[in-house]
Order: sequence, then C-alpha cells, then structure tokens
Amino acid sequence: MDRITYLDYAATTPVDERVVDAMLPFLAQRFGNPNSLYSLGRDAYTALEASRESVAASLGASHPSEVLFTSCGTESDNTALIGIASAMAERKGRHIVVSAFEHHAVLEPAHWLEKRGFSVTYLKPQTDGVIDPDALAEAMRDETCLVSIMHANNEIGTVQRIRALVEIAHARGAYFHTDACQTLGKMDFNVEDLGVDAASFSGHKIYAPKGTGVLYLRRGTRFQPYLMGGGQEFKKRSGTQNVAGAVAFATALRIMDEERPLEGPRLASLRDRLVSAVLEGIENTELNGSLTERLPNIANFIIKGVEGEAMLLQLDAKGISVSTGSACSSGSLEPSHVLLSIGCPPELAHGSLRVSIGRFTTEADIDYLVDCLTPIVERLRSMSPVYAKMFPASR
Amino acid sequence: MLYSEKVMEHFHNPRNVGELPDADGVGEVGNPVCGDMMKITIKVDDDHIQDIRFQTLGCGAAIATSSIVTEMARGMTLADAVAITKQEVAEELGGLPPAKMHCSVLATDGLKAAVDDFLVKHGREPIAGPIASNDPHFDPHAEEE
Repeated sequence: MDRITYLDYAATTPVDERVVDAMLPFLAQRFGNPNSLYSLGRDAYTALEASRESVAASLGASHPSEVLFTSCGTESDNTALIGIASAMAERKGRHIVVSAFEHHAVLEPAHWLEKRGFSVTYLKPQTDGVIDPDALAEAMRDETCLVSIMHANNEIGTVQRIRALVEIAHARGAYFHTDACQTLGKMDFNVEDLGVDAASFSGHKIYAPKGTGVLYLRRGTRFQPYLMGGGQEFKKRSGTQNVAGAVAFATALRIMDEERPLEGPRLASLRDRLVSAVLEGIENTELNGSLTERLPNIANFIIKGVEGEAMLLQLDAKGISVSTGSACSSGSLEPSHVLLSIGCPPELAHGSLRVSIGRFTTEADIDYLVDCLTPIVERLRSMSPVYAKMFPASR
Repeated sequence: MLYSEKVMEHFHNPRNVGELPDADGVGEVGNPVCGDMMKITIKVDDDHIQDIRFQTLGCGAAIATSSIVTEMARGMTLADAVAITKQEVAEELGGLPPAKMHCSVLATDGLKAAVDDFLVKHGREPIAGPIASNDPHFDPHAEEE
C-alpha cells in the first residue's frame, strides 16, 4: 500500500506549492519585523500590508484594517465571541445566541461566557442541517448582544442563509459573527453582501500552512482584545505578525478565488458522483444534511449497522484518509454533536463517514474509495451481532 | 491515540468470528446507543470451553478485544474463563489506550454472559457475577485513570 488517497480536506489541506514559493522568502531572507523602521522592516511591512489589502479585497471589506491576521480559526472564533461579548455586556446585555452545531471553537467560548454570567441560547438546526431564520427571531431578546452562526458546517457541509440571519440580529441591535472556516474560497464570501460584523477564517483549510488565520472585524464593532502588548493589528491583536503566514494566507486565497469558477463545479460533480455511488451501491446508507444547501466538497453519510472507527481504520489500511463522527474516534463516548443536533439517533451517528474533497482529488480517487468501502462495509456488517436482525430484508 | 501492533493485527485478522449454530451458551452484551454490541457463543465439554465464536459491532478496540478473549478462553475451564479480567485482556493485546479500556469490559462480559447462560440452561448456579455493560447505568469511564 503506497498510495495515499487523501479525502479529508475539511480537516486540513496540503500547502499548495505556489503558496510555499510565495511565503519562503519571508522566513530566512526577508525576515524583518514589520514594525521596525529600517529597510528590512519596511520590506516586511509592505508585504504584510499588501497581503492584508489582498484579503480585504477578496472579502469585500471596506477598509484593509478590518482584516486582522491571527494564528488560526480557533483564535479568530474565540476572540470574536469573547471580545465582542465582553465589550457589549454593559452596553447591551449578557445574552448571546449560537447554533447548536457550531465548531467547538465557538461552543467552548460560549460555555466559558455562560460560566461568567452570560446566558446562551443554543439554536437547533432543522433536520436538514439548516437554521430556520424564524427560530433565530424567536431566540432574540432585548439584551442579546451577539449572534454567532457558522456559514457552512464542517461535518455535514450545509450552508446557512447568513444574510437573512444577519438582518434579524441587526434588527434587534445585536452583532453577528460567522465562522466561515469551511466556506472561504469555496463559495462567494462578501462581507457587504452578507452584512456580517465579524467572520473567522483559517489558512490551513485553503492550502496555506497551519498556524494562520484571519478575523474580519467590521470598523466600529465593539471589541475587547485578548492579546495585549505592542498594539499590532490596530491594537486589536498584539504580537509580532507572522509575515510569511500572512503572505501565504493572501496567496492561498487569491488562488482559491482565481480557480473557483472551474474548481467549484468540478468538486460539486465529484461529490455528486460519490453520493450516488454510495447511496445506490451500498444498501442502508443515507446522506446527512440538505441536498441543495451545501458546500461542493463535503459529503457525510450514515452507513447503518457499522461503527465509524472500524470503517475508518480499514479504509486507512487501504491508504484512504476520511473521518467519522463516531464516539469511538473522538476519545469521548458521545457521538458527533453535529449529527445529534440534526436529529440523528446516536446508534446511527456511530456509523457516520465524512468524505471531504479538494484541489488534488480526482475521479479515480472517488472510484477507489467506493471500491474499497463496499467490501469493508459488507465485512463489518457480517461481523455484527445485530445487523441481520436490524435489516432482515437485506440478507 | 495509538493502537498497539497486536491490537491492529487482531482488528484486521480477527480470530473466531461467527456464531456456533448449536451453541451450549450464548452471551449478548452492550447496547446500540453506546455503539458497541457483542455476542459470544460457546460449546462446552466437561466444563471446559471447547469451541467459541464472536460477533461484534464496535470500534477497532472492541473487535480486537473480542478476538483476543476468544483465543484466551478456548480450552479453559468455565471458572477460569469468567475470571479473565479486563486488565488481562488489555495486557494480552500489548495495552489499550485509556479511552478504550471499556472495550475490554465488553469482551470479558460477553464471555461471562455466555458461561452463565450455559450454567442456567443446565439448572446450575451462575458464577460470573454482575455483568457491568448490561447495566443501563454502566459508566465505561468510571474506572479510567
């Protein structure tokens, strides 16, 4: 087994060679501190600000200073939630709304705020993985200071109608943050069209290195910084900037934007090929989440009567990397909170399989996955003491 | 979290998979909500486990512990079989990650349930004691370090 078939692009992506080429000079040669006044520093400053302008233009930001470079998507999410809620507690109130299937990078700061006097509404998505705007309208209170709802879900790939949700939050005087780590570069993301006040992005989901991220923060948004020090990033995120990382992020986003017109439909067609092959080729399988409101690159299946970790390990033995929402893969005994939130029973959530594709995925990769998955599922089901009883018709 | 080589070997090549058609004892443990289910069937001769098979729905560790426990129990007296501990199962596999120790409980419980089923069917007293993983309040993390 020499072949590696990587189908977990929603977990992370390889750094694109073009991104490596763009960032490398800023490690050993053009290494200046962008805050230094001499030429080496000015060179780094120029590269940093050019990167910021490029990202701001891609996002449709009204000013480059709305783009803050951070260390990862988690930092962006954490600082957006805690920074905005802290700044707004006295002015507006101590209530925030988040969706129940947010990434832990949003849920954990929400829990943290809850322990410190905030009340938090965890908004349940519909069974198709889409948040009903009416449900948000109902959850809003006079003291709601912040709403945070992810743009696309990282496990099932469903996409929210952010514009409609933002209008509801704004009508009640609350800020709106969205975790857009999974959508950046994969679909249009324009802060003016969507109307968001804050948005979080991660570099390593778009073929830039791990350890890079961006927080978009609309000018005038109240915000209490977490990192305090030298006042970098417009006093909102102190710490000497990762210039090579900023260059990498901007380059990676530019490539995503340039290639999207062809890459988007290509990925969507590979995903559709996968979805039909699994649903038609393997009995007792289902696709999680809306068929239409979804990213082009994520498909999440329930393979009934199979435990996800066993499936993942057997696929790994064939060189295939995928992920699962099974409890056994997480270290906890709880299956995926995302699948539970859309009403998937725990006994089925244990058999979930997430396939996420990307720039280097080919039709041959999809076909290889299906060819390997079919006998693996059959074998695991044949080893199960309950499968034949659960699905008598299929044996 | 890493599995030992022996866990992976048993996971990929599990021993004694299946169901004995004319079993003397049948043990079924676990529940589908927690994710792991196991069934052990045994043939008993002169109070020794003469043949044994398992079926498991579960993760890599659940399948590997099921496989190894059938190898350990084959040929044992019923009394020795029910005395196999989860630690012995884990040791036999070269160790288990802490979060997976509960899988070895499932394996030893399946075996205990099969032995008791045989004894009760023959009008004898069960010897295995309580079956932890059939208890609805069973907390698999309770004994983790």
